Amino acid sequence: MDLSYTNDQLMVRNMAKEFATKELEPKAAEIDEKGEFPHDTIKKMAELGLLSMTIPEKYGGAAFDFLSLAIAVEEISRGCGSTGVIVAVHNSLVAWPIANWGSEAQKQKYLPKMATGELLGAFGLTEPNAGSDPAAMETTAVLKGDKYILNGSKRFITNGGVAKVFIVFAKTDPAAGTKGITAFILDRDAKGFTLGKHENLLGLRGTANCELMFDDCEVPVENVLGEVGQGFKVALGTLDVSRIDIGAQAVGIAQSAMEKAIAYSKERKQFGKPICDFQMIQGKIADMACRTMASRLLVYYAAHQKDSGKTRFNLESAMCKLFAAETAVAVTREAVQIYGGYGYTKDYPVERYFRDAKCMEIYEGTSEVQRIVIARTMLG
Amino acid sequence: MTLPERYRKFQAEARTFCRDIIEPRATMHDLTGTFVDDNVKAMAERGWLGILWPRELGGMGLDYQSYVIAVEEVSRVGAATGLTLAAHTSLGTYPIYKFGTTEQKEKYIPRLARGLYLGSFGLTEPNAGSDAAGIETKAVKTDKGFVINGSKRFITSGSYAGTVIVAATLDRSLGRKGVTCFIVETETPGFKVASAEKKLGLKGSDTAELVFEDMLVPLDSVLGKEYDGYRIFMETLDGGRISIGAFCLGMAQCALDTMIEWFKDRKMTQLESKALADVAVQVEAARLLVYHAAQIKDTGVRVDKECAFAKLFASEVAMWATGVAIDAIGPLAITASMPVARAYRDAKLGEIGEGTSEVMRMIIAKDVIKEAREAC
Repeated sequence: MDLSYTNDQLMVRNMAKEFATKELEPKAAEIDEKGEFPHDTIKKMAELGLLSMTIPEKYGGAAFDFLSLAIAVEEISRGCGSTGVIVAVHNSLVAWPIANWGSEAQKQKYLPKMATGELLGAFGLTEPNAGSDPAAMETTAVLKGDKYILNGSKRFITNGGVAKVFIVFAKTDPAAGTKGITAFILDRDAKGFTLGKHENLLGLRGTANCELMFDDCEVPVENVLGEVGQGFKVALGTLDVSRIDIGAQAVGIAQSAMEKAIAYSKERKQFGKPICDFQMIQGKIADMACRTMASRLLVYYAAHQKDSGKTRFNLESAMCKLFAAETAVAVTREAVQIYGGYGYTKDYPVERYFRDAKCMEIYEGTSEVQRIVIARTMLG
Repeated sequence: MTLPERYRKFQAEARTFCRDIIEPRATMHDLTGTFVDDNVKAMAERGWLGILWPRELGGMGLDYQSYVIAVEEVSRVGAATGLTLAAHTSLGTYPIYKFGTTEQKEKYIPRLARGLYLGSFGLTEPNAGSDAAGIETKAVKTDKGFVINGSKRFITSGSYAGTVIVAATLDRSLGRKGVTCFIVETETPGFKVASAEKKLGLKGSDTAELVFEDMLVPLDSVLGKEYDGYRIFMETLDGGRISIGAFCLGMAQCALDTMIEWFKDRKMTQLESKALADVAVQVEAARLLVYHAAQIKDTGVRVDKECAFAKLFASEVAMWATGVAIDAIGPLAITASMPVARAYRDAKLGEIGEGTSEVMRMIIAKDVIKEAREAC
């Protein structure tokens, strides 16, 4: 894997890294503790162009490639895992599908405001009874005049509590299975749309994860994203892209946990010497470094495949997400172990990394779902 | 993974060659323990024994990325041949190319590159494995040359080599600083192949014990400088690990090939899907690490950590994946004609040779701990 970066990619890395160090890391513990959405930092990130990475210049976006986005999400997640996924969702789960499948009017209406951060995005696919099996969704959309009437609910929606624009999926033809699902762009102030329960999460606690409720919710027909009945295709196509960024988020969290654990292992003395001098600690550090590097290569390779115009990259994207997620969990667990009792306290960040990492194995397709995608694709 | 355009033709040709020439002989080599001499000749005809060296020295002038593709593809169907190619190139020839004088290079490299004979590397001793600085083979400087006494063990291709890079100590009290490397021609009086090992796997490769009895080598057979041998063999091993990574990658790919072939027309259970997916992901990660190390090596930057990543990860994947493939297929998989059964035995060497996994972990940890110090 050739890791020679373009100037743009290097610029993005430096900018995101500096921002993460100065602005995100100092606040990450508080965001986690209070479960508060980081409104202030999101505003600053919009000013840096980090909310418009997948938006074409024509609509006021920064129009970076997907490797740049992955690099940005990785560096942001080094500072704060919650912020990493907030940015990933906005860019790759919401702005990108609008840019990709949206009508000219939809792009003009939403993308410029998403680029400035005025409209933050959220993506509503999962439901209480439809997780790994999204085709089992129960939310319906019935055409009535020039509006669709939505009824149902969505759960575990990142940014859900604060977003202003949502992509939601509903069944327009419940008898047609996956071909009866349609994607809609939904405004926060749509009639009949309310927020339900705010989730109290194990990790990624600053992400305003919230339930969405639709009670005769009205969506104008011009807000159908893509074609009627093509929603499942939109959902899967979007997840193929966004999983790369979940991989990137996992790499960022693993990298941060590893760096902290190494630094600690050099300071902490037991039996008269720094614990980094012990082979068992060195063995952990070596495995952490090796697996994190392998994750990074898988993520960058997947992003590179997308950037090179390949239309099918679901294998690469599933592989990087699966591997990086499991690496993040393993690396953060070892980081807690290297810190010992201190690692179990909230005085140090590694317990937060450990909690944040777990979600990588669950959202945007569990590890089990990634394995099914991979096994099927391998047998092509 | 998809390789950059410029390597695809080489990869396709390598695959055809390996399928037509290497693969049909692999079971025979394994069952009879016959040295892969026939394959060595076939690789020599393709120029692969000099794949990395400039054309002026009789080589093909290709880069590390091409080299790892060759080792990977060979090892995918015949790991004993893959190891022979890797050891000849990275251990037997590289140090002469990198540290030799113009005279040494002009004398030896064309012969090694054309396959007149194989090159070998003698570092490990009965009492010096992971602790390579503890070698006991002694060299004494005289007016006529150096007199070398001692022995080496587990030397790949030692019985078939024309030259062996021998590490010996001029002064044991100096530890690693007393080590000097010599280019030893195997026809030198006092050079003896004591025995060839019988092994768990890689039965078609040669693993020799070498004994040196009052072996007199000329003064100009020193490789690099006197007392500088430790640095030379450490750097040689760094590069060598890329090719061991590629060798392991080939065996891991063999496991994946086997599973795809097996499940192609069968209905998989969910746990079988998991096994296939896991092998596919781990092989892909190993490939990226190996190619990444090769690409950095091609830029001329030192690559200790990246080589250790590649070797550590790919060797553990090869060992594990061949086992998973066998589990997936069942008893048929451990019959003698199944390539994956052979790969399972062959793969174990990947975790041992050219630095054990434990040594890899020490190298990586020291490197990243040092990096963290510099970042502070």
